[in-house]
Amino acid sequence: MRRHFLALALTVACACLAHDGAALAASAERGKTAFMHAGCWQCHGTAGQGSIAGPKLAPDPLPFESLSAFVRSSSRAMPPFREEVLSDEDLADIYAYLQSIPPAPAPDSIPLLKE
Amino acid sequence: MTATSQKGTVGRRAFLAGAAAAGAGVAASSGKAASVTARADRAPAATLPSAKRVAMETRLPAATAPSKNAPGSDFMVDVIKSLAIPYVLANPASSFRGLHESLLTHGGNKSPEFITCMHEESSIAMAHGYFKVAGRPLAVPCHGTVGLQHGTMAVYNAWCDRVPVIILAGNDLDAAVRPPGVPTIHSAQDVNALVRDFTKWDDTPVSLQHFAQSFVRAYKVAMTPPHGPVAITLDAGLQEEPIRDRERLIVPALSKIAPPQADIAALREAAALLVAAQKPVIVADRLARSEAGMTGLIELAELLQAPVIDQAGRMNFPNTHYLNLTPLGRRVVADADLVLGLELTDFWGTVNAFIDNAADEGHGAREPVAKAGTKLIAISSVELLTKSNYQDFERYQSLDLAMAGDAEASLPALIDAVKSAMTADRRAAFAQRGEAFRKAHTEMRERLRAAAAVGWNLSPITTARMCMELWGQIRGEDWMLASSDQFQSYWPTRLWAMDRHSRHIGGSGGYGVGYGAPAAVGAALANKALGRLTVNIQSDGDLMYAPGVLWTAAHHRIPLLSVMHNNRGYHQEVMHVERVAMRRNRVLKETPVGTTIGNPDIDYAALAKSMGVWSAGPISDPEVLAPALKKAVEVVKSGEPALVDVVSQPR
Repeated sequence: MRRHFLALALTVACACLAHDGAALAASAERGKTAFMHAGCWQCHGTAGQGSIAGPKLAPDPLPFESLSAFVRSSSRAMPPFREEVLSDEDLADIYAYLQSIPPAPAPDSIPLLKE
Repeated sequence: MTATSQKGTVGRRAFLAGAAAAGAGVAASSGKAASVTARADRAPAATLPSAKRVAMETRLPAATAPSKNAPGSDFMVDVIKSLAIPYVLANPASSFRGLHESLLTHGGNKSPEFITCMHEESSIAMAHGYFKVAGRPLAVPCHGTVGLQHGTMAVYNAWCDRVPVIILAGNDLDAAVRPPGVPTIHSAQDVNALVRDFTKWDDTPVSLQHFAQSFVRAYKVAMTPPHGPVAITLDAGLQEEPIRDRERLIVPALSKIAPPQADIAALREAAALLVAAQKPVIVADRLARSEAGMTGLIELAELLQAPVIDQAGRMNFPNTHYLNLTPLGRRVVADADLVLGLELTDFWGTVNAFIDNAADEGHGAREPVAKAGTKLIAISSVELLTKSNYQDFERYQSLDLAMAGDAEASLPALIDAVKSAMTADRRAAFAQRGEAFRKAHTEMRERLRAAAAVGWNLSPITTARMCMELWGQIRGEDWMLASSDQFQSYWPTRLWAMDRHSRHIGGSGGYGVGYGAPAAVGAALANKALGRLTVNIQSDGDLMYAPGVLWTAAHHRIPLLSVMHNNRGYHQEVMHVERVAMRRNRVLKETPVGTTIGNPDIDYAALAKSMGVWSAGPISDPEVLAPALKKAVEVVKSGEPALVDVVSQPR
């Protein structure tokens, strides 16, 4: 029951983001703070770039619905972050932060990454 | 330890001298040469010694002529020299002062040369790193009890990593004659017991001839695969004892050592299964003891057109080869119908996954990776040497064929057997699957390059940027990475051209923190003779266990480039505590207390500089990293150590 409610809430949040980001008033700035405060950076890096400990989150984050579903109910090595420890507002802000991260440079534009 | 010992002695002498002065004063004032013993009714807890006793204990000893015979420790040096051991690594200590003196005088401090260390954990780990480059074991004297206690974790790492180190455990066994006080506290009935659970062999010689036999045997045991550390007690009395008849003492010759090969019939059975398999995978961990191991593995993989997963206990397989699909490891194993494991630490963990989640009441989930029915074959020398107490043998995995033998030594026979079992049809099928692996390898490299570009300009600097900036400075050199890159998301072993055996020495084996810095210094000591540039990506937490090894590098002019992966934390533990808190639905208000190394931030460049190491940093701007690394490479190429502190992302 609780999960159904959460899923519904997330779907609504997702819809808001999809249709009117401003209406949700998600803040990339607050999201960066929440990203650091919640410890996301520890595995995913400070800009969600990913590492051996956690996959890349940004740029080009997963759709909000997919990301939030995993955050709330992960059964893998990443623990679930339930709303008691990460509010829906914080999660939306984090998503805004991830969306705000600019695209990565093409590897061929970096001399050290050319084959 | 010597200092402590001397301090104890000086203290006692100072007390006696003071007592002598007091006694003289009493005698002068009373005009009697009487005893200074107090009256019984006012007796203090400890009575002062008599004037006679004081005189006896404080007078200068009568000159004693040195023995005409050389000390036993000279013969010990002869034994050590017979095995061409190039270095002895140690903190100085009273329990092996006789050997120490003989090494410098009788031995001329050459082959072996004494390398001054600042922690027994460092000296043993240096020997560990040295062996993985030079293929030769070093001798490491450790002071009785406390010195070896300091070194035990490093011995355990060597044991788990199958690396030979010859521990010489100083001790003074004879209670009747050994000095009282500190030297007695630092003696033990059986000092080797400290490390017996994780050494291959140990002994306590009670005569010089016994020492010679034991030392040569220890060398042989340590150097017979599976390699491992050994311990010989170095009795203080035996070091001092005059050699009575040098002509009768014999230094035994070292036997030629042949590694154990797996059973030939079993190898043929394995070859038949490999040739018949549709999707065989080769997984190697501590396979390649030498370049021959890598060459053999390349031949086997190409014969079968089978992908290779390199678990990097050794540098087993070039990452530039199209059959190296290590970054796709789990996926490749999941798709396989046969897994050949070569010197694996953990076969269970190779074909299964452990998920550190809340399942099973917090014990985590275990799930198979390999399909049911996948044939599992192993060649492992560790099957020949398993002990009980320490659990480095990992979880039990049922296998279809388990061959006890050294995998590198067994490869030629396995390759011959595969060639014999090969048919034209199978060869054609193998060629087809080889083409698929070429494509997979190319695509994998593309994805890795793209992943490395993400966050390229971030500060703190990404581990990908840090590693690739370093790569940019060393790629034209004959270089070696002397550290595990596990904590840097494996960027070097993924993107640097790891194209020969001498490019990498793998990890610690036992995952004991404090190994990285000294092992890299040991590797650099070996590479110094080869003119090879040694680089070490140094974790901050690891360095702080025993940073004095930087001084050893500076003092002995050991050229090593250390690049600090300064993420200001024991990052593995950061994630552990965070994970548990989330499982329990609890909020951590900040990065978990007890896991960060900040406030104050450690200035690693200043730390290195204080010990005579050229340094730069802390650097958090990626744009200024390249010039600092370039300068550091120049310093190292001039023969000195250098350290660049990079403030970096966690992983």
